[in-house]
Amino acid sequence: MNALSSYLILSALLFSLGLYTVITRKNAVAILMGIELILNAANVNFIAFSKFVTHDVEGHLMAVFIIMLAAAEAAVALAIILNLYNDHGNINVDEANALKR
Amino acid sequence: MPMVNLSIIILVLPLISFVFQMFFGRRLEGKKGEWISISLVLVTLLLAIIMFASMLFDYQPDFRQEAQFTWLNLGSFQLEMGILVDNITIIMLLVVAIISGLVHIYSVEYMKGDVRYSRYFGFLGIFTFSMYGITVANNLFMIYCFWELVGLSSYLLIGHWWEKKSAADAGKKAFIVNRIGDIGMFMGLLIVATVAGTFNYELLFERIGNGAWAAGVGGLFGGVDPSTLLTWAGVLIFMGAIGKSAQFPLHVWLPDAMEGPTPVSALIHAATMVAAGVYLTVRIFPMLTPDAMSFIALIGGFTAFFAATIAITQNDIKKVLAYSTVSQLGYMIMALGTGAYVAGFFHLVTHAMFKGLLFLASGSVIHMMHHSLHKLGDHETDAQDMRNMGGLRTKMPITYTVFLIASLSISGIPLFSGFLSKDAILAGTWAYAAHIHDGWLAQAHLGWLLPFFGFSAALITAFYMFRLIFMTFHGEPKNKAVFDNMHEAPKLITVPIMVLGALSTWIFFTLPSFNPLGGEGWFQHLVEQAKSVVPVGAFDAETFAHGLHAAHYPAMYTSLIVAGLGIGLAVLIYLLREIDPEKIATRLGVLYRGSLNKWYMDEIYLHGIIRPFLKGCGAVATFDMEIYDHYVIDGVGRRVKSLATGTGVADDLVVDGAVNLFGIIFQWLGWTLKFVQTGKIQNYLIYVLIGVLMVYLINVF
Amino acid sequence: MGEVIFWVIWALVAVSAMIVAFSKNLVYSVFSLLATFVGVAGIYIFLNADFLAVTQIVIYVGGILVLLVFGIMLTNRIVVARITQSSLQRTTGLVVVGAIFLVLVLTMLEQPWPLAESAAEFDSTVDKIGRLLFGDYLILFEVASVLLLGALIGAATLARKES
Repeated sequence: MNALSSYLILSALLFSLGLYTVITRKNAVAILMGIELILNAANVNFIAFSKFVTHDVEGHLMAVFIIMLAAAEAAVALAIILNLYNDHGNINVDEANALKR
Repeated sequence: MPMVNLSIIILVLPLISFVFQMFFGRRLEGKKGEWISISLVLVTLLLAIIMFASMLFDYQPDFRQEAQFTWLNLGSFQLEMGILVDNITIIMLLVVAIISGLVHIYSVEYMKGDVRYSRYFGFLGIFTFSMYGITVANNLFMIYCFWELVGLSSYLLIGHWWEKKSAADAGKKAFIVNRIGDIGMFMGLLIVATVAGTFNYELLFERIGNGAWAAGVGGLFGGVDPSTLLTWAGVLIFMGAIGKSAQFPLHVWLPDAMEGPTPVSALIHAATMVAAGVYLTVRIFPMLTPDAMSFIALIGGFTAFFAATIAITQNDIKKVLAYSTVSQLGYMIMALGTGAYVAGFFHLVTHAMFKGLLFLASGSVIHMMHHSLHKLGDHETDAQDMRNMGGLRTKMPITYTVFLIASLSISGIPLFSGFLSKDAILAGTWAYAAHIHDGWLAQAHLGWLLPFFGFSAALITAFYMFRLIFMTFHGEPKNKAVFDNMHEAPKLITVPIMVLGALSTWIFFTLPSFNPLGGEGWFQHLVEQAKSVVPVGAFDAETFAHGLHAAHYPAMYTSLIVAGLGIGLAVLIYLLREIDPEKIATRLGVLYRGSLNKWYMDEIYLHGIIRPFLKGCGAVATFDMEIYDHYVIDGVGRRVKSLATGTGVADDLVVDGAVNLFGIIFQWLGWTLKFVQTGKIQNYLIYVLIGVLMVYLINVF
Repeated sequence: MGEVIFWVIWALVAVSAMIVAFSKNLVYSVFSLLATFVGVAGIYIFLNADFLAVTQIVIYVGGILVLLVFGIMLTNRIVVARITQSSLQRTTGLVVVGAIFLVLVLTMLEQPWPLAESAAEFDSTVDKIGRLLFGDYLILFEVASVLLLGALIGAATLARKES
């Protein structure tokens, strides 16, 4: 197993676990955590490739921007979650199913 | 700094003012927000003065700077945007800046408390912007863009009080009538684009001069004589000027446009927007053939005379000024048509000053009348009707003085600016009639029509201007209560009109010479007759210049006599009341009623064009509904119906059977799939993932 | 020695991420997320990404995680000691996600990556990142700042109680 594969497998694991969290959790905050896992997985990939394949720091830059996006997204998502809580009394996403009607 | 850069700054500042007023104006109302617009415009005025001063120090008649960039590259044809600064541009910029700056200041007082105060200043800004754009454009296409912008901003400003139906209608009318002229202008531009392949003035004139124009005639215009086509191009582009400069027969919008606020009338309908048409004609002057010039001269001359005859009988103070504007614009156009290029442009400049002054001063009277009537609680009396005024000279001495100056100027009395330019125009028509034999007007021996129009319009102008003064400022006040409440207007109104009053005297236009009889000055030195580039049968500028020289004194004496006659008549009738105007009116019954009703132009348009057009529309509609629909559509319908009955039977059995089968299948599918539609995003996400996996599997195997 | 530490961190990330995904207690989830983030920062160090490791700790651990904790505190009654969470479609999810994980790993291992002869060793990435950020990526950087501002305002507006 070469060095790159170990990172790739880790990122695949993080990605899958994040996906699983997003799919199965009812709690909106938990879903948010899953999204953070997915983003981290992407970052690990970016940086691993920039070390083993491209040999420059542009991948790092992408990771910086992803972290920044994650921060913005978390802030907005939490604001939405607070609104959801004010409206429903809880933050279970399966009850926010207005799409059905 | 190069002049081009200065002119770009001048161009952009009013636009900033517009944007500012649109976005932030409302919040700054009552907090001196308008002064931001005013200071922006005053900065442009300052820059214009700097440009003007450096032009005077330079003293080069053929000064010229140009800068441009490619805006759209359409392969073989390129649309360019560019700036051209020469002496004409600089003078015009200064005129626009002066009038616009003073109108801005004046409006602070005049529009105080208006519902859309900040918006008004924003519109003044965009109007000034588009006027500057016309002035600095270096090609016909760019001038056309800004031309339409001027049309738009005039629509916005005339309709400023759109709650009043007449104002909204007047705005629409101005817009539509201008469009008619612009269609012509657009066609002219298309001819220029197809034949010459450029809009740039200099390139265009060069191509006309060196035969490229004649070589370019082909395709759609194959077989047309190049110089005939050139005449057409000139006349069609000039149609734009007919619309914008309110020439007969498209003059009808201008008097109606007096519905706008008075400072707007001064800005748009006296000094700048209507000058755009004249300016355009100045710009395209080199490409005008003698035939096109004949047409232009005739239109201008007739308009000058025709509008003057209407102005005699109007009682609304602004209507008189409106028709006088139309008449004076006719003068300028006529001058350009006769080849008196310098005189025409000169009159544009002097007229801008004294006509701006007349409007602003009349605005001062109207404003104070409004105040007085308002104080009395009188909302019936018309504040603009001269029959309700009289004797105001004691109450409003400053307004009276500047009004008098402007009237003397417009009547062509020495010591005032109007004399210089008007005299030059009249001398031009005289020289044209006596010495020029090119163009169909001269060939038809109708050349003397132009001096006739010119001098009679001068007589009438002097007469109606003094009629206006005597009715407004002299005599007995008609309404004692209103009169007692009148007083001089506030400083923000009187200062601008005093500035314009000073600028209406001769001295600013004849320097470095002090001769009030004029003829020579910086203007004549720095603005030179543009050389005609028409290749065949060009306008004979040399003969004309000689004729002009010879005609200078006879024309001057005649015009003085004529103006004196006009003023004398006005004194007799309206000041001394030796002759009763009523009696003349009844004696000249038909003529009087015709003039009072503007020679029924609006009615002619209504009954001659609009009504028949609507009737035509109605007829077409009737044809469509009654005949076409009834026989063709319905006839086909009946045939189809009987055919349909036959096929219907087959349809029910075979086709519907198949359709129903599909229906049943899909109904079942839908019933099954509805369980998938849960409304939970996470369920959907899983379907997406399953889809992704399937794509992977398909790819692998 | 370095190898051992690497695998310890690797395992830490893997296990804590599993706890995030599978734990019934939301609070456990959040705290293992903390471990995951710190672990990923460690992984970054092994990848010579010093700047990112620091950024990861500052932003994720210091910022986002705190936000998440606040989110939980604000949306659950604090009297309930065990903040549990229920799940849905666990089996389907497990199967599908497991399949996706397999697909990912297979792809990654089979793919012939154009590996360089030797892995790059950066002394410090801060200098390079800084130059790129204010050079080639300047516009992106500025746009990102506007986006953050937008998110800030948007979040404040959304979360505000309607008056």
